[in-house]
Amino acid sequence: MNPESLSFIFLSAFLINNFVLALFLGLCPFVGVSAKRDTAFNMALATAFVMFVSSSCSYAINLVLTAFDLEFLRLISYIALIASSVQLVEMILKKFSPALFRALGIFLPLITTNCAILGVALFQTSRGYDFLQSVSFSLGAGAGFGLAIILMAGLREKLELSNLPNITQAAALSMMLAGILSLTFMGFAGLGTTV
Amino acid sequence: MANPTKKETPITMDVFTAGLWKENPVFVMMLGLCPVLAVTNSVENSLAMGLASIFVLVCSNALVSALRNFIPKQVRITTYIIIIATFVTLVDYIIQAISLDLYNKLGAFIQLIVVNCLILGRAEAYASKNSFGKSVISSLGMGLGFTLALVMLGGVRELLGAGQFLGYQVFSTNFQPWVVMILPPGGFIVLGSWLLLINYIEQRKTGKLIAEDLASHCSVNQH
Repeated sequence: MNPESLSFIFLSAFLINNFVLALFLGLCPFVGVSAKRDTAFNMALATAFVMFVSSSCSYAINLVLTAFDLEFLRLISYIALIASSVQLVEMILKKFSPALFRALGIFLPLITTNCAILGVALFQTSRGYDFLQSVSFSLGAGAGFGLAIILMAGLREKLELSNLPNITQAAALSMMLAGILSLTFMGFAGLGTTV
Repeated sequence: MANPTKKETPITMDVFTAGLWKENPVFVMMLGLCPVLAVTNSVENSLAMGLASIFVLVCSNALVSALRNFIPKQVRITTYIIIIATFVTLVDYIIQAISLDLYNKLGAFIQLIVVNCLILGRAEAYASKNSFGKSVISSLGMGLGFTLALVMLGGVRELLGAGQFLGYQVFSTNFQPWVVMILPPGGFIVLGSWLLLINYIEQRKTGKLIAEDLASHCSVNQH
């Protein structure tokens, strides 16, 4: 497959270079919100939406910054952009789905510090993607984050029912599980060369 | 917001040592996990990441603490993020100037220090409420604890994954490296193992889990 093609960029961000399990981005919500499957699903949706909005906007902002030779402001403008798109999602949710807004609670504003979102913006800039490629990349990354967090939530729901030794409580076992998940995702490396 | 009438508690050794082990940002509070796992495939990378994080943490917490009476409450998070982003941009250019090789190895993770929850978390939870001196000392302790954790992970991963420590060959050439250790799954598994070991030791020592009383507090206070 041509590594520049839209479908390959999507697939690469979704499975081969999964943002959570291969690149270690967005681990805080991955550990923090993966206790129940439905909250995990909502979190994944909100994150994917913020990713899509901020990635398209950061493409535009990068054009402006490059035109005026202001690349050193890139990081600051990206982070401000992400903070405002999170605010946007918050307002939309509050208006159209107050139940979901309450379910996500504190984790909604925390999407701002989700490194996966800044990661998408930074990677698409450093790889020089054009607009369509950026869109495909951000959709793939969002889907990959969702897949990882929902898989993890499913596993952790099973764990609650099993009899475990005391020392595996808190995050220790979750990390082990994530390691095994990550090991299985390495199998996807056979799909194509990693970028 | 600091209350001017409240008497400041004196700076004690506890302020510094809390971050080193008792409230270690990685093993106890589970903060800033992304760089912890992503760059610890060798000791050298871990040290560089740790030093860069200490610099950003100490500088931004000092500035936040110095400005704590001037920052309006409503826009404090945005202000903190902008302060942190400024220092991260500095670090980004400094590392690029010192060693381009290292810069390429760490990649985007230097810029991603901006979203390290540890730094924003400390600014919000500690520096915005405490005096300048206390914030600097506490963030130095936290930064050192963070670096310690990074090196503990990086050491195990480099030792098992490449048979080396800081680039020096430790095992004989007959040693078959466990390549998985320097690949992504190794990061999760080594961190999980350290947590298991620490839980075990803590349980033997005190009869209760170190993470228990902090677990609920952390999930809310994560950033």
